[in-house]
Amino acid sequence: MTGRAAFTLRTLALLAALSAAPALAAVGDPAERLRDPALEARAEAIGRELRCLVCQNQSIEDSDADLARDLRRIVREQIATGRSDTEVIRFVHDRYGDFVLLRPRFTAATALLWATPAVALAGGLLLILAMRRRIATTRMPAELTEAERRRLRQIEGDEAPGEEAPPATSLRGGPGGSGTPA
Amino acid sequence: MTPWPMLLPEGVDRGSAAPVEAPPRSPWRRRALLLVPLGLAAGAGAGFYAMLRGMQTGDYDPKGLPSALLGKPPPDFALPPLEGSDRPALTAAELRSPARPVLVNFFASWCLPCVVEHPMLTRLARAGVPIMGVAYKDRPEDAAAFLRQHGNPFARIGLDLPGRVAIDWGVYGVPETYLIDRRGIIRWRWAGPLTEDMVSRELEPLLRRHAA
Repeated sequence: MTGRAAFTLRTLALLAALSAAPALAAVGDPAERLRDPALEARAEAIGRELRCLVCQNQSIEDSDADLARDLRRIVREQIATGRSDTEVIRFVHDRYGDFVLLRPRFTAATALLWATPAVALAGGLLLILAMRRRIATTRMPAELTEAERRRLRQIEGDEAPGEEAPPATSLRGGPGGSGTPA
Repeated sequence: MTPWPMLLPEGVDRGSAAPVEAPPRSPWRRRALLLVPLGLAAGAGAGFYAMLRGMQTGDYDPKGLPSALLGKPPPDFALPPLEGSDRPALTAAELRSPARPVLVNFFASWCLPCVVEHPMLTRLARAGVPIMGVAYKDRPEDAAAFLRQHGNPFARIGLDLPGRVAIDWGVYGVPETYLIDRRGIIRWRWAGPLTEDMVSRELEPLLRRHAA
């Protein structure tokens, strides 16, 4: 193998290791976990929905804070005693309020938050419509008059090879006369 | 012939002999449109300035959370007494209908801000405010030594070694202080050390209001 291929392999291995790191960082202590993998999976799914209030930007599954560990334990205890996911989340929500839910509920206070993508999309569509309308209503220049057409043909004929050039003076003056022959 | 108008969208007015450009908007409208982004930026600036000022004076805490228990009675609980503190234990029964508004303070000997706020608790206790203490996740001997060293402003103390009662209260760090009115309803919660400013601005008016 060339040195270059080895380098690529090393880079890939490093990237793989780095991308796996966050997963390894979650819940450190295996003793915390429930024996039943199905129940543990439910507990982890619930934990990922709950905010750690100490660090405020991690779920309790990802946080090493003391309070997060306590809450993880409470979630697992309640799962083990047969409570439903909603009951467990309600238990924590009753104590810590809306902020503990990483996925905010749809209430009067969060309506704007949830509606923002739709509002932005609707605003963009309206803007596009308004702009199209403006283009459509912009008046177009009037058709050329017969005299102007004649002059245009003259100019075009002037540029066409092998044709007689009209006198240069005819290009100057007159209404709308613009430009000079190339 | 002129092929290019064919590219235009439907409804385009091709024939009329009108000026090439759309009629110019009134200069006032144009100027007003220019002012819109300026106005938005000025409004945002004023908002951010107010936020920064509030953070400096303590009026606004971006990490502050309202307690989920405001307007509700405290959770039911019964904590053992703190050995070596000479104070009776603390249960929910003592908070059900107190003779006057009561403070409940979660503290720990290992918590530095608790040391900072301790003189304030002592001052409030001297002024006659009943304060109940909850020693949070603390070894009893450490908590008792802490109170011997800094003074004991608490009328009753419960020991919450596992921290479960604190979770029922929605505590997310020590110190935290709750105000309970005479009907046994939680009226106020402050997460963090009680400062001079906070007490005179928020707590004292509340104590006066709920004393009646």
